[in-house]
Amino acid sequence: MQIFLPIAEVSVNAFVLLGLGGIVGILSGMFGVGGGFLITPLLFFVGIPPAVAVATSANQIVASSVSGVLAHFKRKTVDLRMGWVLLIGGLIGSAIGMQIFNLLKALGQVDLLVTLCYVVFLGIIGALMLVESIRALRRAKGRPGQRRERTKHTWVHNLPFKMKFRASGLYISVIPPVVVGVVVGMLGAIMGVGGGFIMVPAMIYILGMPTKVVIGTSLFQIIFVTAFNTMLHAYTNHTVDMMLALILLVGGVIGAQIGTQIGLRLKAEQLRIMLALLVLIVCLKLGLDLLIPPSELYSIGVI
Amino acid sequence: MMRGFVLALALTLAPLWLAAEEVVADLSQNRVSITANFDGSEILIFGAIKREAAIPTDSDLDVIVTVTGPKKMETILRKARRFGIWVNVERERLGHAPSFYSVAATRPVEDIIIPATDALWKITADEQILSERRGLPAREALIRIRTANGLYRRANAGVELNQNTLFNTSIALPANLVEGAYVTRILLARNGLILDDYSTEIQVQKVGIERWLYNLAHNNALMYGLLSLLLAGIAGWGASEIFRLIRR
Repeated sequence: MQIFLPIAEVSVNAFVLLGLGGIVGILSGMFGVGGGFLITPLLFFVGIPPAVAVATSANQIVASSVSGVLAHFKRKTVDLRMGWVLLIGGLIGSAIGMQIFNLLKALGQVDLLVTLCYVVFLGIIGALMLVESIRALRRAKGRPGQRRERTKHTWVHNLPFKMKFRASGLYISVIPPVVVGVVVGMLGAIMGVGGGFIMVPAMIYILGMPTKVVIGTSLFQIIFVTAFNTMLHAYTNHTVDMMLALILLVGGVIGAQIGTQIGLRLKAEQLRIMLALLVLIVCLKLGLDLLIPPSELYSIGVI
Repeated sequence: MMRGFVLALALTLAPLWLAAEEVVADLSQNRVSITANFDGSEILIFGAIKREAAIPTDSDLDVIVTVTGPKKMETILRKARRFGIWVNVERERLGHAPSFYSVAATRPVEDIIIPATDALWKITADEQILSERRGLPAREALIRIRTANGLYRRANAGVELNQNTLFNTSIALPANLVEGAYVTRILLARNGLILDDYSTEIQVQKVGIERWLYNLAHNNALMYGLLSLLLAGIAGWGASEIFRLIRR
């Protein structure tokens, strides 16, 4: 069934879009990532103009994150206080990111910026996660029953403005979470993603939050930052396609619920290895596109 | 200069002293509505040749049908390898080119008309699309890309002519149409010149929900943004509730 999208102005198969939404929704529920890093490039492949793909995926992420976070609220695995701190940073970062995005758009290099951001960040995060989770899995196999030491003192614990985050069992400075929020917000605006794939590892490895509250808390922050991004795109560029978003989110919200259930049945290390591999595959695909000589050197500019 | 002027004059006046044959034509539809399930459209163009005298037998009669989509300023980007990766290094603003161009004729256009006629009436894609920038690699790339995407097309035997009097053709409009007026020309040719022409427009427009959403997004962006978020919120909450009920 073909469907004509009013803002993207292309005709696309509705079932393909539903499927895309569903896959991304499952990932969203399983890993607590918005899935934007996957849906944005996938939308390029089905022929949606890049500007529309970036803006619309932001809108779609809002829906799948709302659905995901409600499931986490019921299980009380959201650290609201941490969520608000991350959100403040996120909104600041988003505003900065939009400025950078528009500056590079004026220079005509926004495609390159977006792709390079994807390759660099997905590559680093994916590799780090893969190495770490394989190591963790080996440890678990070697000496069963061994508990990881949580109260490790690092530089993070020596900063001022300390705050108590009860749900996470942390007493740390607000500076690291705000900085994490700013970085994630910036990348979200530039790459058209929620930023969960960066925030989740940052929360685990830098902030030292327990894995069970990480996903719910990151979803909470992502809802508001992507909502802010959606508004910016809709207001300045008119590139949010409501029809496209609606189809994606029908698939997405169903997928998110399924994903949450799958996530509960898998071990944290297994989840992390799968996410790491997925991130690396997307990174590799985008990286190859930059390295392989294109068959057509020219392209028609989209305004 | 003078020679060119005389040639142009002769070509322009040609229909007057050859006006023995005229074209009468109509379209199956002169309005294309882009609805939610729009998947391209096929337009039937048909007509007849009106004559006062008998059919001339000394030369062949041909019919050419062109459809030109709305014109827009085009920018072409060129990639090159920099620091090992392929990046856009050059932007060229080309000028106004049609988003869609289709030529159908009874036989290859080059066999029907002489080059001067083509230059005057801008019939082949080479004449129609930014002919003043001919030879520029970016312009050739624009034609190459649009041709590969099926937006610039030609049908060498796309028009059927019956007993030198009745003709018909069908133009397939693709699904990714740009809104606007599609100028449709029907040209009658003999001896390498154009005898008569008929021109009309096909209006391509979004309708219904498509029209409403597009207008809202552009005229009331704040409202549109809020509506998108509301929709996203409801969908997310709704799905969560439905699944809660199912699991009970």
